[in-house]
Amino acid sequence: MSAVEDVTNQDRANQVSDVVVRFAGDSGDGMQLTGNNFTEATAIYGNDLATFPDFPAEIRAPAGATFGVSAFQIYFGSEDVTTAGDDVDVLIAMNPAALITNLKDLVAGGLVIVDTDAFTDKNLRRAGYTSNPIEDGVLDAFRVVPIAITKQVLESVKPFGLSHKFAVRCKNMWTLGLVMWLFDRDRNVTISSLQKKFVSKPEIADANIAALNAGHAYAETAEMPSGIEVYKVPRANVAPGLYRNTTGSEALAYGLLAGGQLAELSITFASYPITPASSLLHTLSGQKQFDVVTFQAEDEIAAVCAAIGASFAGSLGITSSSGPGISLKAEAISLACATELPLIIVNTQRGGPSTGLPTKTEQSDLNQALFGRHADTMLPVISASTSVDCFEVAIEAIRLATKFMTPVILLSDGYLANASEPWLLPDINDYEPFPVEFETNTEGFSPANRDPETLARVWAKPGTPGLEHRIGGIEKDHDTGDISYDSDNHQRMTDLRQDKIEGIADYIPKQEVALGETKGKLVVVGWGSTYGAIHQAVKRCRQEKLDVSHIQVRYLNPLPKNLGDLLASYDQVLIPEMNKGQFINLIRSRFLIDAKPLSKVSGQPFKIREIESAIKSLLET
Amino acid sequence: MNAPVQNFTAKDFATDQEVRWCPGCGDYAILKTIQKLMPELGIAREKQVFVSGIGCSSRFPYYMNTYGFHTIHGRAPAVATGVKLSNPELDVWVVTGDGDGLSIGGNHMIHVLRRNVDLQILLFNNEIYGLTKGQYSPTSKVGTTSPSTPDGSIDMPLRPCVFALGVGARFVARTIDTEAKHMAPVLKRAHAHKGASFVEIYQNCPVYNDGIFDQIKDKKTAADTRLVLEHGKPLTFGTDNQKGIRLNAKTLLFEVVVIGEDGVTEDDLIVHDENNKVLAQMLAGLKLPDFPEPIGVIYCEPTAPSYTDDVYQQRIVVRESRGPADLNSLLRGGHTWTVS
Repeated sequence: MSAVEDVTNQDRANQVSDVVVRFAGDSGDGMQLTGNNFTEATAIYGNDLATFPDFPAEIRAPAGATFGVSAFQIYFGSEDVTTAGDDVDVLIAMNPAALITNLKDLVAGGLVIVDTDAFTDKNLRRAGYTSNPIEDGVLDAFRVVPIAITKQVLESVKPFGLSHKFAVRCKNMWTLGLVMWLFDRDRNVTISSLQKKFVSKPEIADANIAALNAGHAYAETAEMPSGIEVYKVPRANVAPGLYRNTTGSEALAYGLLAGGQLAELSITFASYPITPASSLLHTLSGQKQFDVVTFQAEDEIAAVCAAIGASFAGSLGITSSSGPGISLKAEAISLACATELPLIIVNTQRGGPSTGLPTKTEQSDLNQALFGRHADTMLPVISASTSVDCFEVAIEAIRLATKFMTPVILLSDGYLANASEPWLLPDINDYEPFPVEFETNTEGFSPANRDPETLARVWAKPGTPGLEHRIGGIEKDHDTGDISYDSDNHQRMTDLRQDKIEGIADYIPKQEVALGETKGKLVVVGWGSTYGAIHQAVKRCRQEKLDVSHIQVRYLNPLPKNLGDLLASYDQVLIPEMNKGQFINLIRSRFLIDAKPLSKVSGQPFKIREIESAIKSLLET
Repeated sequence: MNAPVQNFTAKDFATDQEVRWCPGCGDYAILKTIQKLMPELGIAREKQVFVSGIGCSSRFPYYMNTYGFHTIHGRAPAVATGVKLSNPELDVWVVTGDGDGLSIGGNHMIHVLRRNVDLQILLFNNEIYGLTKGQYSPTSKVGTTSPSTPDGSIDMPLRPCVFALGVGARFVARTIDTEAKHMAPVLKRAHAHKGASFVEIYQNCPVYNDGIFDQIKDKKTAADTRLVLEHGKPLTFGTDNQKGIRLNAKTLLFEVVVIGEDGVTEDDLIVHDENNKVLAQMLAGLKLPDFPEPIGVIYCEPTAPSYTDDVYQQRIVVRESRGPADLNSLLRGGHTWTVS
């Protein structure tokens, strides 16, 4: 929380430019819902924001267990916000487990609101406390607001006659009401969303609303400790227009729908449930009014195969998964490379290897995307940098897949999928359509015919009279498309498949600089969800007059044609990645540039200051 | 190019590709029967799609002048599901074998049958891996010697039709590679069936498993080794159809009886009913040497809706309730706010 300078009004003491708030509680405490409601109110208030939900892999861990703590973090402020924030200014801890697991991220002097009713001997023991932290001085470095929240909640929902179980569940809304008072947020959006959510159970809606209002009233009626007053966070100066909040996975789903429309294709989306990729399947399966068929297959392999079958039949096949599932799809992706059919493979990356950290984020499937198949099977790989960017990248993936008749891997990750940010809503009519032209001409037809410029194979869909043909995984004759085991032909076809993918570099934008100059002492190169932290770190360093720029690479294969020259124009190159250095290996081997790595694989996104300090240490040497 | 389908002959369904099966392979006979059948189905050639996996049988699409996709090992049912989901107007055939369809692709076979995707699935069962040079397969009889089982295989084989019924197939039939007169009407029935139709074809591999079905195929023994199923007809077999199948009410098992012996009349025999699943399951399990092996339509449940029909039906219902799709309104559908 940083104080805003040049503030002259009487609220000076409580006026801040940005704040990080984290709600933490049991996985059954409704912290995600609380966070989402607070986010909505904050967006409507006019702050720029970013959020990051951090939930456990267990669906309902035993109450009070540290591994069952679910947290939701929001960073909001009056300037542009691109990450969910480094350190927490305000921590809401619904129980001792939430306190012990999150306290390390709270800044000295930060505010911590605790439900004292949850600090029972049993809960304290389960969290690993030998004495009560509210009383033993552990929290002396912080400003503590101890409230018997559970008791307050039970009191406030008494008139609604709920059972104890349901009454206690309202405590997240009570707490939200209190936090809304703290930041002067409007409760009306939450009230109407509660009414909508519990439309068939009005007594539950009323109880939650009463709890929300009671929490707010509690704070307002001066029962808060002295010195704790409403914070003013000035509205951000954001571009005018119509906004909504979006997670990356929603934006990606909508981008796929948009791309299908622009390509004038129906979509067959075939997937198998896997964290954190499933939300794409959920979102798209609820959009049957669009030209999309969704299919929950029996396994990952069936999902990609059904998508390939759909592409063969003239729809756009799309499959999605996370690293382990993509491994299972590898053979079929090579079939799509060999048969030169369009296909989109979305990988929402998570911590690995194997089951790894299903709910945590990582960027460690880049090597898999680039190289993780048998034989020489090159394909385009592109990545999304922000939640909102997922929309654009999804459209671009479809453009490339259909223009070049190739599978395309789109890399997202657990952070992007779940993190939300405000989205200045695009108008689909502003996008240039790229309609697919199916082959219909029988004159001289061969399934091996291709566009001489793009080298894309013709797409002749079943149902077209006179174009009956066979394709398959066996090597095909360059001219006729018939099976061929000829050695010269295999050389020629392998070269051709490579040339086609490399040639895509002529059809993608040149690499631009996201922030800073086109040359200088240092450039920080990012791809994927590290965008936000890199951007803020570079911005802060530039405010300190450091010579550092930011390049964000969307196209990972083929790389933009000017990237090598551009990188060579800086004295130093720093590449932060949430893996052990996969992109940096690519850059070093491709351009012979002595780039420096910054690796993090903790399952958590980079903090701004981690990148800031890497920048500073490189510039000092 | 737009010639009416009824003017086509078997030749119009042959491709210019050299057929590369071993001399004497049962696949030749199947190919010929199917090429001959195609013009009779009344479906335009461009609407026919053959999808296969890997193995000898899976070369089939290359020899059919229709649309065809030779995919990867075991995955043809999944690819074919995608084809049908994308365009339900297409008439989709899956050609697979015992290894492709029941071993590496067993999971897909379960689910394509359970879902009842509207496909014709032809499983060429030669009880051996041919293309990889003769290893035993999941349908090989116990004791099969092969390069990978030099001392004889020891694991229990599965019966494809029993498997298919077990996972919920609504159309299950069996026929024989060289019996064109039997195969053609069975395939016609399979084609007419809405939903997944599963046809096991006993197919001889002359190189790695020669003669495995000889007892059933040989004209001299066939009368006693085949049980030719006909809906509504009693289960009889043998020369002059003097033998039959009866249910023993005490053991609930089938037994072979001879009409005229021990007071047995035709009225004592089981009458084949394609719609009776319990009967179908019992029939599918019959095997030599204790029983003749049934061929023909073992089970047919014509009223079940196909998966693809339901997918599109659901879509129609959703569209009627939600109105036309509009991406701009979808994006603006939730909570929005304006910054001025």
